[in-house]
Amino acid sequence: MALLQIAEPGMSTAPHQHRLAVGIDLGTTNSLVATVRHGLPEVLADAQGRALLPSVVRYRGAGVEVGHGAQAQQAGDPRNTISSVKRFMGRGVKDVAHAENLPYDFVDAPGMLQLRTVAGIKSPVEVSAEILKVLRVRAEASLGGPLVGAVITVPAYFDDAQRQATRDAARLAGLNVLRLLNEPTAAALAYGLDNEAEGVYAVYDLGGGTFDVSVLRLRKGVFEVLATGGDSALGGDDFDHRLYCWILEQGNLSLLPPEDQSLLTARARAAKELLSSKGKATIQARLSDGRWVNLTIGAEGFASMTQHLVAKTLEATRQALRDAQLKPADVKGVVLVGGATRMPHVRKAVADLFGQAPLTNIDPDQVVALGAAMQANLLAGNRGGDDWLLLDVIPLSLGLETMGGLVEKVIPRNSTIPAARAQEFTTFKDGQTAMAIHVLQGERELVDHCRSLARFELRGIPPMAAGAARIRVTFQVDADGLLEVTAMETASAVQARVEVKPSYGLGDEDIARMLQDSLGTAEADLRARALREQQVDAQRLIEATDAALSADADLLSAAERAEVEARLAAVRAVAAGDEADAIKAAVDALAHATDEFAARRMDRSIRAALAGRRVDEVMAR
Amino acid sequence: MSARAPDHFSLLGFAPRFALDPQALDAAYQRVQAQVHPDRFAVASAAERRVAMQWATRANEAYRVLRDPVQRAACLCEMHGAPIEGESNTAMPAPFLIQQMAWREALDEAGSSAEREELQRAVAGEQARLLSDLERKIDVEQDFPGAAALVRQLMFTSKFSGELATIAQRGAA
Repeated sequence: MALLQIAEPGMSTAPHQHRLAVGIDLGTTNSLVATVRHGLPEVLADAQGRALLPSVVRYRGAGVEVGHGAQAQQAGDPRNTISSVKRFMGRGVKDVAHAENLPYDFVDAPGMLQLRTVAGIKSPVEVSAEILKVLRVRAEASLGGPLVGAVITVPAYFDDAQRQATRDAARLAGLNVLRLLNEPTAAALAYGLDNEAEGVYAVYDLGGGTFDVSVLRLRKGVFEVLATGGDSALGGDDFDHRLYCWILEQGNLSLLPPEDQSLLTARARAAKELLSSKGKATIQARLSDGRWVNLTIGAEGFASMTQHLVAKTLEATRQALRDAQLKPADVKGVVLVGGATRMPHVRKAVADLFGQAPLTNIDPDQVVALGAAMQANLLAGNRGGDDWLLLDVIPLSLGLETMGGLVEKVIPRNSTIPAARAQEFTTFKDGQTAMAIHVLQGERELVDHCRSLARFELRGIPPMAAGAARIRVTFQVDADGLLEVTAMETASAVQARVEVKPSYGLGDEDIARMLQDSLGTAEADLRARALREQQVDAQRLIEATDAALSADADLLSAAERAEVEARLAAVRAVAAGDEADAIKAAVDALAHATDEFAARRMDRSIRAALAGRRVDEVMAR
Repeated sequence: MSARAPDHFSLLGFAPRFALDPQALDAAYQRVQAQVHPDRFAVASAAERRVAMQWATRANEAYRVLRDPVQRAACLCEMHGAPIEGESNTAMPAPFLIQQMAWREALDEAGSSAEREELQRAVAGEQARLLSDLERKIDVEQDFPGAAALVRQLMFTSKFSGELATIAQRGAA
């Protein structure tokens, strides 16, 4: 019999076993994977030593190409080569700016658009999953084993639909998502830990397709996001597009075929990049009809034609500061993230707003992935209690539609997550037995100006006089920033209750089907995989329950303990077997039997921690 | 199903009083979150993850309420059977209403930012006075219905100072 080990809650009973975990920056333009090895975060490169994976996926009749190879074929096969797919996550066709200028064949589907390719109709979730799959395989090859999980970064300003889509993509790529982490928060973590920073910091993150700004307070191992703001449809791509439009204007060009659009967009991007170090750039291209484009653009001209884009980022930054109740002068340092912050006129604008030069001693392309890797290492339980605490917020208010098309806010933006809030409603007609509930996200007053997340109906309300029913709608946002809504009629003995996941979210069956489709995997393989997952989950629960019993068995009565032991034995009996359903049933029964135990342990750990506070205070006096 | 949720004060280890040291509150909140935050349970079983989310949610809610003096007072009033009912109970003492009207007039007439700043100072002074009354009503006199009336007045004044801040912001932009 092994020695009893005192394990911290959530920690493995085998603390020395290093769990393989990665951080993934799933970017609009480029994606990266990083991990912590020997205590240090590092970006994992591909076999050719390249760290950045272009976020480009090319579908062919047979097979999929991801990254550099796909990017090289973009101009030649624009319709089947999907770039900047992040801009389509959780979005309909009407949400995508300049959709008419993109070379894709969009299919408008409920909730989220789709793309028609030579390999069939693909959702942005599937396209993103291809990118994530390549990074997972890269990490597993590099680390020499399967991953326990991954932290995937998302723009802080991503709404619920976009977050849900990202999590679905990761699941589809065969990744266990440890956490969705906001990109500026990941950057602050990497910067803060590296520099032992203390005080208020702002992270200005202008990526390929998204803009975020977060204001954080860093204090003794606590990273507290005070406010966040941004625009999930504003990024370096928009600067490219502005330059592209300028090329069309100057060259008097219109109605170009997709190949020429891709070519000129690439030339515009190259010119933008050149202008970060040179005073002017030349744009030369030969169009498919033989015409030549030959133009020169100066840095000042480029700055003035994109000034309105920079101004938008500054307004969002000011709003975030106001929400944090701070002035620019209160900010100790400004961390720049994202390739687009290399543009000199962007840097200058940020410096002018804060009255200080931004910090540039970090690689704006890698810092997010490195921070995500550090967090993944912590979440995997590899740090043995030497932890930091990360407190993040929701970027956009969550609410419900009320009479007259107005939105009633239930959880305001910048609320620390996880968060829950309930709101009571009543019926307005005698005998009303159902109520429509419309969940929205956004800051505006009118339903039409906010994003619709879900609609559902609460049925089975007992007939009562108007105004007598009490409908309690509860919003719960978890640590990933994902929302779950519950509604309940509380005035009657009968409780009608419904739980919803927003409508664009994929069900487990959808994921299974897509996995099968995309991998061309036989059903048997899929079953084998599901079985392995059940076995791992069962093993995890056995370890956790063992640890809990050895630490806190005194919290249970003899009868309760016997119940837990019996359920635990039942899981042990089937855990290594090959019957997935039996394992799941035993695991669910044990989980249910330990619910109350878990709550008591949590309470005890809080009491102990607070008692520690009092001891500290006594010691200090 | 699980253990009854503790009230905001006992969750963070404070006696149910109005007077509260903000630094001690910050420290207690962080200590509790360090124990219960879902990040500590990311590779734990689904049951443990759910419990962690519930407790971290409670800790966030307790911190949100306790760090705001008005909400903290409202919480104490409710705990002692004197709910605020801010929406339905709008009965206010006459002098308070007269002062509110005078502020509204001053705001309408204020042309310069200097005049608005003076008004802001007056409102802040009144808020400070109400808060110190509130501390006495709750911690010394234990007069919760009286405290609830003061909370309603404070809600009025904070609404007004919020409007003032919005106007000042628009003026600055």
